[in-house]
Amino acid sequence: MERPLTRNFRPDGPFDVKEYEKAGGYEALRKVLTGMSPKQVCDEVRASNLRGRGGAGFPTGAKWAFMPPANGEDRPRYLIVDADEMEPGTFKDRLLMEGDPHQLIEGIVIGGFAVQADVAYIFLRWEYKLAEKRLRKAIAEAYDSHYLGRNILGTDFNLELYLHVSAGRYICGEGSALVNSMEGKRAIPVARPPQQTESGLWGRPTLMNNVETMCNVPHIVKNGAAWFQGLSVCEDGGTKIYGVSGKVKRPGAWELPMGTPLREILEQHAGGMRDGVKFRGVLPGGASTEFFGEEHLDVSMCFDSLAQVGSRLGTGSLIVLDDRTCPVGMLHNLETFFARESCGWCTPCREGLPWIANILKDIEEGRGQPGDLEILEAHTRMLWIGRTYCALAPGAMEPLKSALRYFRDDFERHIRDKRCPWR
Amino acid sequence: MLSDLVKQEIRSRVDRDHPEAVAVEALHIVRNHYGWISDEMLREVAGLLDVDPAELDGAATFYNHLYRKPVGRHVILVCDSVSCWIMGYESLVAHLTRRLGIGMGETTADGRFTLLPIQCLGSCHTAPALMIDADLHEELDEQKLDAILAQYP
Repeated sequence: MERPLTRNFRPDGPFDVKEYEKAGGYEALRKVLTGMSPKQVCDEVRASNLRGRGGAGFPTGAKWAFMPPANGEDRPRYLIVDADEMEPGTFKDRLLMEGDPHQLIEGIVIGGFAVQADVAYIFLRWEYKLAEKRLRKAIAEAYDSHYLGRNILGTDFNLELYLHVSAGRYICGEGSALVNSMEGKRAIPVARPPQQTESGLWGRPTLMNNVETMCNVPHIVKNGAAWFQGLSVCEDGGTKIYGVSGKVKRPGAWELPMGTPLREILEQHAGGMRDGVKFRGVLPGGASTEFFGEEHLDVSMCFDSLAQVGSRLGTGSLIVLDDRTCPVGMLHNLETFFARESCGWCTPCREGLPWIANILKDIEEGRGQPGDLEILEAHTRMLWIGRTYCALAPGAMEPLKSALRYFRDDFERHIRDKRCPWR
Repeated sequence: MLSDLVKQEIRSRVDRDHPEAVAVEALHIVRNHYGWISDEMLREVAGLLDVDPAELDGAATFYNHLYRKPVGRHVILVCDSVSCWIMGYESLVAHLTRRLGIGMGETTADGRFTLLPIQCLGSCHTAPALMIDADLHEELDEQKLDAILAQYP
């Protein structure tokens, strides 16, 4: 089985530019700059069925095609790579940046050429210090080797790449909030339209993609859309880095065919549950996705099949709940996170999330009241899509909505007995 | 008063077309030099970037790594997100607060440590995790944590 994204990973640190070239690196970029038009690159990516790996799963080729045609004078055009990985349970982009920084840079230059960008940014979270160090070194090497800067590989294509280190807050992962943050403002989301491809950073055409998405690009260009499609076992193309955390035997991350069954990831790769604990449920794609129970373990982990059974692939990061961990306590942790990370811009999110977190705290600590679950359920409707500027609050409602269904008895027992049975 | 060195470093980052864009970076520079950002320092940075001090403070108070209050010599950032919570966050924090005699958001009397919560550190497979200053520490338990704290005088 091919693992294009992680094949260069080495325990003693990433490849430098020479080692990366020796392993076939920057060949895709050379192929693009010496024989392909921007449109041909976009078409190839579109045909590969690559879907955005940041969580939303939007088709990458279609997003690229939203960029207005470049006329050569209306400049600059921007490409921003979202490396602000902060979805609880998610660590795939960290591994990609630490493990093979040149792969990301090559993807950025190819993507930049495809949409005729002039300036690219990697928006990196402050805490990813090792990734920062390795990216800085790799970017400097790429400039020295003429993969970045002016007249890349002797052509007339120019691209500057900057590493922007953020100052924190989960909301920066939201595209329009990220742009505000880059402009030196508070990171609050902006209602769309206009889309960022029309009016993004400084009102200019801006393309934004996730780290894992961009890392796929060189492989698609080098090996073709049909090859990329063949990597997966579902409609979506490629491989996916799936992560597992919680009380399993071997927590970790693995690059597997897109569409690998949930059970295979949990049992074969993560080794199943630790001795003495039983599986109770799993958030399949990070904190802001709906719980799955035992009956869903045979689902194929891809965008469409997870949506069909009522959850989302999200970041493909599985968080496992076991029978020794209180589901109410877990929900309290999740909703406290979302309440703290709300940017405060719109009322349902700013006011609703702390209310939810407080009710969950009361239930967990034995002060639950009859009617609390109905209040929580009302919130899952009032903070839903269409009532807020961005996806933070609806995302926060996904685990809550499903937990109220799956773990109803546990919630009711907390309220009835006025205590948490796990404490 | 910001030192000339700090002012020079900030000025060198300013993009002439968009001076306000360097706001977060400039505040990072101040924080890295002085540990935190006082009202006076904030006003000076606003002057350097030619932005409104109130607007700059809007940004400064938004981001969790731009400290607007003094902190200890070392800042402990404890991941309190869900995977770390499942894997023992609560007992780790109970141990830390007992050992240091402070709660979240507080600084020890000797000015050695400040204790703060942090969003998911991307160490979910090696939970529980925390950072001290710029160093990541993973797969923690109480004993391991005691040995690590000793490395930060």
